[in-house]
Amino acid sequence: MLIAELRHLFRRTRVRALLIVMFAIPFLLAVAVKINGGPSDGNGPTFLAQVSQNGVFAALAGLTVTIPFFLPLTVAVVSGDTIAGEASIGTLRYLLTRPSGRGRLLGVKAVTTLAYCLAAALAVAAGGLIGGAILFPLGRIISLSGTSLPLIDGIGRTLLAALVVGASLLGLAAIGVFVSTLTDVPVGAMAVTAGIGVLSLILDAVPQVAFVHPWLFTHQQLAFGDLLRTPVRWNNIGKDLLLQLGYVAVFGTAAWARFTTRDVLA
Amino acid sequence: MAIATHGLTKRFGDVAAVDGVDLDVPAGSVYGFLGPNGSGKTTTIRMLLGLIEPSAGTWELLGRRMPAQSLQALAEVGALIEGPAFYPWLSGRDNLARLDAAGPDGQRATRAGRIEAALGRVGLTAAATKKYRAYSLGMRQRLGLAAALLRPRHLLVLDEPTNGMDPQGTREIRNLVAELAHEGTTVFLSSHLLAEVEQICTHVGVMSEGHLLTQGTLTDLRAAGGRRLRVEVDDPAAAGPVLGRLGLGDIVTDGDVVTAKLDGQPPEVCNRDLVHAGIGVRALSVERPSLEDLFVSLTGEGFDVAR
Repeated sequence: MLIAELRHLFRRTRVRALLIVMFAIPFLLAVAVKINGGPSDGNGPTFLAQVSQNGVFAALAGLTVTIPFFLPLTVAVVSGDTIAGEASIGTLRYLLTRPSGRGRLLGVKAVTTLAYCLAAALAVAAGGLIGGAILFPLGRIISLSGTSLPLIDGIGRTLLAALVVGASLLGLAAIGVFVSTLTDVPVGAMAVTAGIGVLSLILDAVPQVAFVHPWLFTHQQLAFGDLLRTPVRWNNIGKDLLLQLGYVAVFGTAAWARFTTRDVLA
Repeated sequence: MAIATHGLTKRFGDVAAVDGVDLDVPAGSVYGFLGPNGSGKTTTIRMLLGLIEPSAGTWELLGRRMPAQSLQALAEVGALIEGPAFYPWLSGRDNLARLDAAGPDGQRATRAGRIEAALGRVGLTAAATKKYRAYSLGMRQRLGLAAALLRPRHLLVLDEPTNGMDPQGTREIRNLVAELAHEGTTVFLSSHLLAEVEQICTHVGVMSEGHLLTQGTLTDLRAAGGRRLRVEVDDPAAAGPVLGRLGLGDIVTDGDVVTAKLDGQPPEVCNRDLVHAGIGVRALSVERPSLEDLFVSLTGEGFDVAR
């Protein structure tokens, strides 16, 4: 069932379009840097200044640009649709009487959402790497700590960064799946999930509520940059992954409690 | 018993949508589940299939305790609930393949063959590759039936299976249900089309306002409804009192036609007395109540939904 569900998800026009957009963003970023020469005043997003020296940085710049808004938005669309989407067209009642088993169906939906998070982040990295390789020279990477790394090491770290970015979306994805079990209206679930994502960003920017900052699922979302240090600093990345795991546990349990007991009237 | 419920009840807030229903659907029967709109039929079907949790009562499907053994029981149940529902962006064939992969007994090795057989059985082979979005209502209904027939089943729960179908389609479905019943599948069929139920069902249950008013074999139910005498005479005004003296009740005169409830009185006795009284009898017949008459007598004439 999992394989069928994965194929079902990635065959959808909507999901393919989202992945293509994710692929295109760092690609266009690289094109823009090529045309305009890139920011020289140091105000641009991290990594953007280095793109013209080394194409690999287009992937890292792409991740930096998409993690606050674009990636969470697409995760909200996919996760909000998981259960509510099936309920809205009525297929939920047929899946449940098939019988899929409620816990099993929810588990499969959760795993496919996770697969989407990783695929979206990898699409950004792939778009950046390919765009960067076409438009700019590739070579040894100057790490954030100032040391020089072989190209293959740099690409490996970039792909690892994409996986970390994908994993840092899991908290929001878990919230999205939970919200999706509450309603039969997928657009509502998507909007609420996206709203929660934005709310977390806003709270993270308000210093007066600094006490909640460590608990916001967006707080450590730029931690992947630490992979580009020598030696790699795992401290914040570890904190981020632990936090995401916490969100998955809490909202996964809530979704399970809700979905296994609710009356399916749609 | 293919389906057995004991005091099955569902309350939504203060309203009991289904109230203390004791269904007995014998294995191998074709059970017509009747009732006006809003009488609780669909809520009952959803409870039977584990989609909604009853507020009270217990039930068994194919001899298995629900909901504890629902996975084993439902694997042997094919269902069409409140109309078909599929992914509009997938073809009919792909929709069936996805549903088949989503549960037990959906072996991939036999999937393609089973899908083709099911599509063929409902006459949808030609439209198998068409997107569901482009299907007509009748084709959608057929695909829903195909989904219910993907694997061998012991029980089919069909909620309004001929809804939206043309007369040919309705007939095909009727034949299909008869064929399945002949093979030994129990069919639990909810329908508004009483004439249709009359043709294919062996058992009937009637719901009204959340209660199961009556259930039993169609034959018993009709016998309980009582037979009526219908005579066409040259002097209806004189015929009424003659029948009254014989103990017939509910005498209705309409033009030359007089009808009355027989209540066990042999029709030949009625005929003799009418002729002896000098009344010319042009035609005489005994009418069994139609299912529609029974239905209306049980659930009332009203056109408005009960609630």
